[in-house]
Amino acid sequence: MTLTYLALGITFLFAWKSPSYELGDVVSSFSLKNVDGKIVSLDDYKSGKGLIVIFDCNTCPYSKAYNDRIIALHNRYGSQGFPLVTINANNPEDSPGDSFKEMVSLAKKKNYTFPYLVDETQEVAKSFGATNTPHVFVLKNESSNFRVAYIGTIDNNSRNASSVTRKYVEEAVDALLAEKPVATTKTKAIGCGIKWK
Amino acid sequence: MVRSILIFAFFGFQIAHAQQATVIKFEKLDAILKAQSDDILVVNFWATWCGPCVKELPLFEALHAKDVSNVRVLLVNLDYADQIDKVNSFIIRKKIKSPVLLLDEIDYNAWIDRVDASWEGAIPATLILNTKTGQRKFIGREVSNGDLETYIETLRKGL
Repeated sequence: MTLTYLALGITFLFAWKSPSYELGDVVSSFSLKNVDGKIVSLDDYKSGKGLIVIFDCNTCPYSKAYNDRIIALHNRYGSQGFPLVTINANNPEDSPGDSFKEMVSLAKKKNYTFPYLVDETQEVAKSFGATNTPHVFVLKNESSNFRVAYIGTIDNNSRNASSVTRKYVEEAVDALLAEKPVATTKTKAIGCGIKWK
Repeated sequence: MVRSILIFAFFGFQIAHAQQATVIKFEKLDAILKAQSDDILVVNFWATWCGPCVKELPLFEALHAKDVSNVRVLLVNLDYADQIDKVNSFIIRKKIKSPVLLLDEIDYNAWIDRVDASWEGAIPATLILNTKTGQRKFIGREVSNGDLETYIETLRKGL
């Protein structure tokens, strides 16, 4: 009997999840270390129209497949007041290819012009409810309140960018820039599970 | 009944030629998941590049090897379809005996909820299905030794 209760307790323990952002929620500010050693905060983006936050990593095949498309998103929207930050929350003990050193190396190799932040405590990933890489959260800046407007995947073909028929993130940002409602606000973030501590 | 026989014939073929992955579309998988039989179907979603998937594969292989009555194991591979050679050499190298289907459907959001609405979009993921009662257990993470047997026993009670 005690064992049953213990088993139930363990089940609930694993089923319990910290509350995470849903569509329409205002995101709390966060500050994380960038690959250049400087701290980047959500508050740094208050003068813009919004921010594309992507939980990403070095090692996941989906992240690799989307790497150039992530760079293209920043190049396209950064100049329109809707820049992008990437955050790596993977536990480097589980995934050595995601160490800070390797992050610095990837950002350098791919000439990142946007932050690639390390979420060492994984608290930011947990607060967002990020589970996978890449996992996108499009935030709309409403008088310095960043509100979640889209959660999910980048587009509908990870393998081949030229065969994409739905560009979910672009559609969302285009709508926000045009002050229109976002048509598809939520998709599943197809990718690799974040390597939790 | 006809469908059951067809599905059986399909699996029979798989067993006879176990060392190759069969490329399928979602409708085929959907038909397999929906086909009523007296079996517990254990469907594992995996890819050759996914470390935790590769790590847990032996648990599914062991279950398949035990040949428990009314339990069928199916490995659904999610490598890109143009990498089938890599998948097939993996199957040979690891001596995979369970049937392997390579699901050639890149637009995941079009089908993932039809496997299970709680699937967050990462692998490994496992669906254990009582094909008679429709009762199911979805596990969106790596399974541990003994997990499969526990879930199977729970679902078996519905038979």
